[in-house]
Amino acid sequence: MTDPEAVDLRDLERSLRQPRSLFSYAMSLLTGLMTVAALFPLFSVLYLLIVRGGRQLSLAVLTELPPAALMPGGGFGNAIVGTTVMIAIATALSVPIGIMAAVFVAEFGAGTKAASVVRFAAKVLTGLPSILAGVFAYASVVIVTGGFSAPAGGVALAVLMLPIVLLTAEEAIKRVPARVREAAIGMGATPTQVVLGVVLPTALPGILTGVMLSIARAAGETAPLLFTALFSDYWISRSAPAFLPKTPGDLMKPTASLAVLIYNFSSSPFDNQIELAWAAALVLVVVVLMINLAGQILSRRSARR
Amino acid sequence: MTPLEPGRVAPGLQRAVRARGIELVPPVPPADDSLSRPPSAVDIWADRVFRHGARVIAWGTVALALHIVWSIAIVAAPSVREHGFALVTHSTWDANRGEFGILPAIVGTLYTSALGLTIGTMFGVAVAIFLSEGFLSSGVEALLRVLRVAEHPFWVRLPGAIEDALRATVELLAAVPSVVYGLWGIFVVIPLVRPVADWLHGHLGWIPIFGTTLSGPGILPASLVLAIMVLPTISAISRDALSEVPPKLREASFGLGATRWETILGVIVPTASTGIFGAVILGFGRALGETMALAMLAGNANVMSWSMFSPANTLAALLANHFPEAGKVEVGALMYAALVLLGITLLVNVIGTTIVQRADARLKGLR
Repeated sequence: MTDPEAVDLRDLERSLRQPRSLFSYAMSLLTGLMTVAALFPLFSVLYLLIVRGGRQLSLAVLTELPPAALMPGGGFGNAIVGTTVMIAIATALSVPIGIMAAVFVAEFGAGTKAASVVRFAAKVLTGLPSILAGVFAYASVVIVTGGFSAPAGGVALAVLMLPIVLLTAEEAIKRVPARVREAAIGMGATPTQVVLGVVLPTALPGILTGVMLSIARAAGETAPLLFTALFSDYWISRSAPAFLPKTPGDLMKPTASLAVLIYNFSSSPFDNQIELAWAAALVLVVVVLMINLAGQILSRRSARR
Repeated sequence: MTPLEPGRVAPGLQRAVRARGIELVPPVPPADDSLSRPPSAVDIWADRVFRHGARVIAWGTVALALHIVWSIAIVAAPSVREHGFALVTHSTWDANRGEFGILPAIVGTLYTSALGLTIGTMFGVAVAIFLSEGFLSSGVEALLRVLRVAEHPFWVRLPGAIEDALRATVELLAAVPSVVYGLWGIFVVIPLVRPVADWLHGHLGWIPIFGTTLSGPGILPASLVLAIMVLPTISAISRDALSEVPPKLREASFGLGATRWETILGVIVPTASTGIFGAVILGFGRALGETMALAMLAGNANVMSWSMFSPANTLAALLANHFPEAGKVEVGALMYAALVLLGITLLVNVIGTTIVQRADARLKGLR
């Protein structure tokens, strides 16, 4: 009779003869392959953008107006300007509000019920579908001001940027060591002076990362602009230099953006417009990926410190 | 000994201090070159204003979230009153005849999201396991050992660096704008999927999900692109959940003689399952609200079909396609659709966030 506690040592051997080990190796291989497959789209997108978009890229494409149907040439200079203007509006709205709210959540109101309510609201806002940000801007800006405009697009993008800025700034502020704060309080600084003079400068790299990530996200958003900024085939201002809005009236009309241009031209039956969509996609992706990478590098650096 | 300031010490304490024979002296004004000084009246006022400002702005964020719901609801209200629940169950959308129904869009949203989520979850969880279990770094390390440079001060950092790079690359998947994925889908995914779809329809056409041919845009290409877009969300949150599993559980399992995958499937994944489930729910929320990829790839046809190859419509795509040119009545109906979408996504996101938070708390207890 054998000892029930005895273990057959051959069962514990790690070799391909053992079904258990074989299964383990096979699963490792499968996960590796699935990871490679998951990255395939990224490289396929980048490859096509460089091949199809890169062929088109020239100074004219970056500075001219979009071509009409069947017209050769043209570019998307006005869309680059429009995207920049709307991002600027959205940043000006969302960054100060986001940082101030983060200061409350992480500093003045830290640990209170109010702070967790604000944080919950921000988390819910991160899950807001981007098109609903557009619907909101339509209901609260387009209907009120009576037309599609750059500020309406900016408000829609700001709604999407705000929670990203708020939550990353909160994390950055929380990472500031307590002893730095205490040193400032010991010097007789008021809480406001502590925040403005010590906490925010220390947390700046982390906050900037959040701002950059939010800008990168907003730059690529299409859905919220479709019916807030709409699109325009013209420059933002009639007088030269045409890329600078001169009067508030210049802003209060439909505005072009790179993302909407890609969407509109992607379903165009005309080859020239489709090729321009690829070139615009290349410009957009390069800008977005650069901002993203810069943000990631910045955050890794501040984390190491 | 540091002198104590009489004005700042409570009377009872003053008495106790004097009883011990310690002298209380008035404060010494700080030296002129010292940075430390008590706050002036202006400082104190500025402090009050700033703190109240921060509080008001923080509550403003909450107000914004509520205002979004309210402003959509108020514009949708006349349409809700007029159509009632019929809009949700009606299946044609014809603005000229004033007929509005979003049933096909709701069904299409759920169909594409569920299909995209299934594919995205399989790959997303695989990527999360691959990243959190250190397959890559141990592989690179084994390779370095073969090359006999594993102890070299430069090469020793390589495994970690490669893993960081892979993690950053997976995150970049989420950075590509959805409109670019849509463009890529039109010119790459649809031509790639079509022969497969036609073969499946030709040979297995009697199964309802292969019931039609793929004529271009359709549910399957849209879902594939959707899967790519939810994958980074699922893999990032699952990876967090997997790496939160206490190392002692893994070590105990190895100590009992389990292989790597017996440990992963028997111990680690079950322990992290709540977090992974939360990740899937949050990915579902993202898929429901995704607009551009679906507007460009799903075909915008108000039909309901079991087939994966049939064109379809989704709530977000309906909004994207009809809003720019909508008249006043249609805008009301679209706002109703937006309200339905808002309700579904809010519900899904709140459930997902709660599950992820619960999972965190549960794993903290294990440690």
